[in-house]
Amino acid sequence: MTPESWGRIPRLRPAAVVPLHWAEPAALAGRAAPILAHGLGRSYGDACLNEGGTLLLTRGLDRFLALDEAAGTLTCEAGVSLAEILTLVVPRGWFLPVVPGTQHVTVGGAIANDVHGKNHHRAGTFGGQVRWLELLRSTGEVLRCSPDGNRELFAATVGGLGLTGLVLRAGLSLRRIATTRVAAESLPLRDLSEFFAGSAESDQRFEYTVAWIDCLASGARLGRGILHRGNHAAGPGPLAWRSGSRLSVPFELPFSPLGRLTLGAFNALYHAAHRGAGARAVEARGFFFPLDGVARWNRIYGRAGFFQFQCQVPPPAAPEALRALLATIARSGQGSFLAVLKNFGAAPSPGLLSFPREGTTLALDFPDRGERTARLFRELHAVVADHRGRIYSAKDAHMSPAQFAAQHREALPAFRAQVDPAFSSSLWRRVTGG
Amino acid sequence: MAEPGRVLVLGATSAMAQACARLWAGRGASLLLVGRNPDRLEAVAADLRVRGAARVETLAADLAPLEGQGALLDQAWARLGAPDVVLLAQGLLADSDACEASAELTARVLQLDFTATALLAQEAALRLARRGAGTVVAISSVAGDRGRQSNYAYGAAKGGLSLFLEGLRNRMFRQGVRILTVKPGFVDSPMTAHLRRNALFASPETVGRAVVRAVDRGRDRIYVPGFWLPVMLVVRHVPGWIWKRLRL
Ligand SMILES: Cc1cc2nc3c(=O)[nH]c(=O)nc-3n(C[C@H](O)[C@H](O)[C@H](O)COP(=O)(O)OP(=O)(O)OC[C@H]3O[C@@H](n4cnc5c(N)ncnc54)[C@H](O)[C@@H]3O)c2cc1C
Ligand SMILES: NC(=O)c1ccc[n+]([C@@H]2O[C@H](COP(=O)([O-])OP(=O)(O)OC[C@H]3O[C@@H](n4cnc5c(N)ncnc54)[C@H](OP(=O)(O)O)[C@@H]3O)[C@@H](O)[C@H]2O)c1
Repeated sequence: MTPESWGRIPRLRPAAVVPLHWAEPAALAGRAAPILAHGLGRSYGDACLNEGGTLLLTRGLDRFLALDEAAGTLTCEAGVSLAEILTLVVPRGWFLPVVPGTQHVTVGGAIANDVHGKNHHRAGTFGGQVRWLELLRSTGEVLRCSPDGNRELFAATVGGLGLTGLVLRAGLSLRRIATTRVAAESLPLRDLSEFFAGSAESDQRFEYTVAWIDCLASGARLGRGILHRGNHAAGPGPLAWRSGSRLSVPFELPFSPLGRLTLGAFNALYHAAHRGAGARAVEARGFFFPLDGVARWNRIYGRAGFFQFQCQVPPPAAPEALRALLATIARSGQGSFLAVLKNFGAAPSPGLLSFPREGTTLALDFPDRGERTARLFRELHAVVADHRGRIYSAKDAHMSPAQFAAQHREALPAFRAQVDPAFSSSLWRRVTGG
Repeated sequence: MAEPGRVLVLGATSAMAQACARLWAGRGASLLLVGRNPDRLEAVAADLRVRGAARVETLAADLAPLEGQGALLDQAWARLGAPDVVLLAQGLLADSDACEASAELTARVLQLDFTATALLAQEAALRLARRGAGTVVAISSVAGDRGRQSNYAYGAAKGGLSLFLEGLRNRMFRQGVRILTVKPGFVDSPMTAHLRRNALFASPETVGRAVVRAVDRGRDRIYVPGFWLPVMLVVRHVPGWIWKRLRL
């Protein structure tokens, strides 16, 4: 089976697929360039694909190496998934300080995209929790990189799209939790201005905040949605973790039922939030990883596959830019029904190419309808460019080389100096035109 | 061995051995890992410690030579204490083209997969018999149930091993020592990295769960996944004059 990205498109075949089993220097010996690591394939576009090259499957690098409960650190190989880490540490009262919207990503993938979670405004990115990492270069050299040693290479590897070499191992910080319960609240948002007001207020009091926006709402109701916010509950309470899903989509469906299913569910939630039924204690798993409840849900979009659009726009322009983006999406009638909206905090990201930066981020899915969809992406990217925004490479299949160069203008020369010449990806070749 | 116990793992860097060892580690077992690559053994040991093993040690040794096996096991017994379980997971797979091109390779397959492993099983069983308890687990293969053109040397070694274990089980029955023969079908591991994956492939974790359960229940022989039992029942009954014409 050819490895895919989460959106299942574009379909790009590597010349060789090599499962790795040992985090050792020989892992790269004799591999034909261009080389790229592939973790759990939870990137959407072509960031984890390498057409015509060598794809190294890292899931066999799945060993824990040390758990230091006095220091609150975990050392493991780069193919370990966040789900496996949580299964190990949660019963002992620990959690990961930063988790993305799915627990089924590898440590290497989380580093390479410097992923963010619902607590970016408090905790920053995943890379900020990486104490050190060990990087294997195509020369066979293994380099230990951290904010203190091999700093340039560390900064290039965090958020570095897998282009600086193969991450073999990493040391991660953990955080204490008293229970897996989350004290959560849902706040109805009548329009976009309520999102900005509600976020500003919630970010003060809540570690985790994220909004779901109804993309069909337009006019005065543009930006109608629900703001989810929560804190880890104080103990005592249960401390259990289950990483598996009860349901799975066994094969691809010929069409997408997602739109209709979620519309009803969303309206029910929205009205419940209005009635003040919003505050409750929920399990962390459902709070952080709502989509993990159904394994392989990406097959819901069928054969055609789907794209994700995720952008960031800086603060002063954010309300205007989001109005333009949401209006464009509503007009197109193409998007998934729900979009995710969140404000990033001001803390600088540790990676040269890290996506998060102070401002607002918007994410949503689009089934591929060919040229219509491509045109919509061009329109959305134009709005982003007009407002000096960014596109998230981990989710991208449409960004132009000009946009990539513009959004990373300052950091690109320093980044290029650290790229391993034997490594490349379909994304990198597309956005650098090389 | 539902209680935390002592486990000696030979061929401890094998994918299947690691899957078994993770489950025993999770129960708080003490393990001694034997294999030829010290760095890999150390990585496996570190992982097992984090997963809950009471104690994990490593011992680097090549398991192919026939001399020195008794001494190796004595050393293992001294370091670990008398084990509750001895797992033999080392193996070498080579196809018939490669074996026909090199008699030396054929000999290595036969020696590691049959002679050396059988001797280790025998030596381990005799040591367990002194205490009158314990289980020897050896990973054989469905490939040993019938000779096939594609890997007849490997198949013969595994078939010989299965037969050897059956006799050893019979011999040990009154001594309180159990012998478990594990017959996996295709397993997704480094050994089969060169083969195209298909629906018949099982994960090492599936094998690990089956082995640990079979040890708990004192089973004699298991096919993993279980569907290989009826499949091999049919395969073993295909008449020879038909069998020799098949391309398997
Ligand atoms: C449902 C869902 C929700 C998501 N939510 C979020 C979110 O909230 N926030 C967020 O930031 N992202 C989110 N993502 C995106 C996801 O977190 C990232 O794409 C992540 O990088 C995927 O990790 P992976 O292990 O699947 O890596 P892959 O997608 O396989 O690879 C991603 C990149 O990592 C590199 N890589 C992988 N392993 C190594 C290694 N050992 N050494 C060097 N490079 C390596 C690859 O080369 C590639 O460039 C979400 C994705 C999904 C499907
Ligand atoms: N994979 C299958 O489809 C399959 C099917 C049926 C049965 N089996 C059997 O299952 C067992 C486990 O195999 P696996 O699938 O887990 O493959 P694996 O991961 O490749 O394991 C094979 C192991 O044998 C070790 N080994 C080889 N020669 C050795 C020697 N001279 N001394 C010490 N150790 C040696 C290897 O050690 P190094 O790490 O040092 O190389 C490796 O750990 C084997 O007996 C195999 O024959 C496999």
